[in-house]
Amino acid sequence: MGKNSLFSKKNKSLLTDPLDDNNPVTVQVLGICSALAITVQLKPAVVMALSVIFVMCVANVVVSLMRKFIPSRIRIIVQLVVIASLVIIVDEVLKAYVYDVSKELSVFVGLIITNCIIMGRLEAFALANSPWESFLDGLGNAFGYGWILIAVAFFRELLGAGTLYGYPVLEKLGVYELGYENNGMMILPPMALVTVGVIIWIQRMRNQKLIETN
Amino acid sequence: MQELANIFIKSIFIDNMVFAYFLGMCSYLAISKTVKTSVGMGLAVIFVLSITVPINYLLVNYVLEKGALVWLGDEFKDIDLSFLSFIMFIAVIASMVQLVEMIVEKFSPALYSSLGVFLPLIAVNCAILGGSLFMQERAYNNITEAVVFGVGSGIGWFLAIVGIAAIREKIRYSHVPPALRGLGITFIITGLMGIAFMSFMGIKL
Repeated sequence: MGKNSLFSKKNKSLLTDPLDDNNPVTVQVLGICSALAITVQLKPAVVMALSVIFVMCVANVVVSLMRKFIPSRIRIIVQLVVIASLVIIVDEVLKAYVYDVSKELSVFVGLIITNCIIMGRLEAFALANSPWESFLDGLGNAFGYGWILIAVAFFRELLGAGTLYGYPVLEKLGVYELGYENNGMMILPPMALVTVGVIIWIQRMRNQKLIETN
Repeated sequence: MQELANIFIKSIFIDNMVFAYFLGMCSYLAISKTVKTSVGMGLAVIFVLSITVPINYLLVNYVLEKGALVWLGDEFKDIDLSFLSFIMFIAVIASMVQLVEMIVEKFSPALYSSLGVFLPLIAVNCAILGGSLFMQERAYNNITEAVVFGVGSGIGWFLAIVGIAAIREKIRYSHVPPALRGLGITFIITGLMGIAFMSFMGIKL
């Protein structure tokens, strides 16, 4: 494989498709479980996105390297073991370096194991493709997941608490003196769903071919 | 007894898996197109949760926690295996799901034909692993509490998926903006249902 083919057109689309047209959250409907609960603030969302990027890329590469040796009957267990080991590494690293965020994420770090994006991509892609392609696919999908996560967290933190990454943006801008109030509703769990619903709405208005018939 | 009732009500309504923690959303969105299949999936989740949560409870308390291995002898009392809990939980869940599938197939073919297709899906349903992880985090006092929590969480998930399926069946006859059809409107309705469920917040027996 020459240097050029590393970033051939097909490989590039592996990386960019999941960002929009084939986004894991809004189009493939995967990985929503853990995506929403941790989007109250930007910081945990960013940490979560980074963790998923790590787990996803490494798991994709590892499974892709082993794809010829995994008997298909036990492949789910093998995949789960690979993912679970990586998640344990992530969990230990988070506990060691960003303990407060790790407390905040609580069970949701563990739930990366059952994040259907990872299982889904391993099943659908890594089991049938070479390590480099799998790596790109993992990176693309994890970024597709990550940007939705961060976008939701951005709006929820800004509108709900008036801060961004803990920094009081709205207070510095002085909008409170104009009579603006934080919308406490945005902090509550159900609003994460509505925010994602609105993102899906906007995306499908832009991209008519994604519209469902029913 | 009151404590148990409290855990039961709390796990169904207040800490509802779907509306408060967004667990099991993937299958919740994928399988809620008709009421019939969603009842099957919901029953399978109740079933598996009420088996795996107690098993994982025993695992945490007699193997994984710090000092849990003391029944093997005094020299084991400092061992802390809790970093292994993710991998142990998922192994228990995956194998229990396989086992349950085989047992149900053997002894109750009727139940198998209605639950069968959903059981493999459950191994990667976050609600199941989430149930075990919450059980570990909240440190229930005894196994009865763990069982009650497992069953309650399952029932909460069941209610949520059957509710959304019924709404989705009806919404087919309404005029939804094209770009919102399907996934988008389901998300927003789930959000509204979540707001409704929040009115249970703070109830204590």
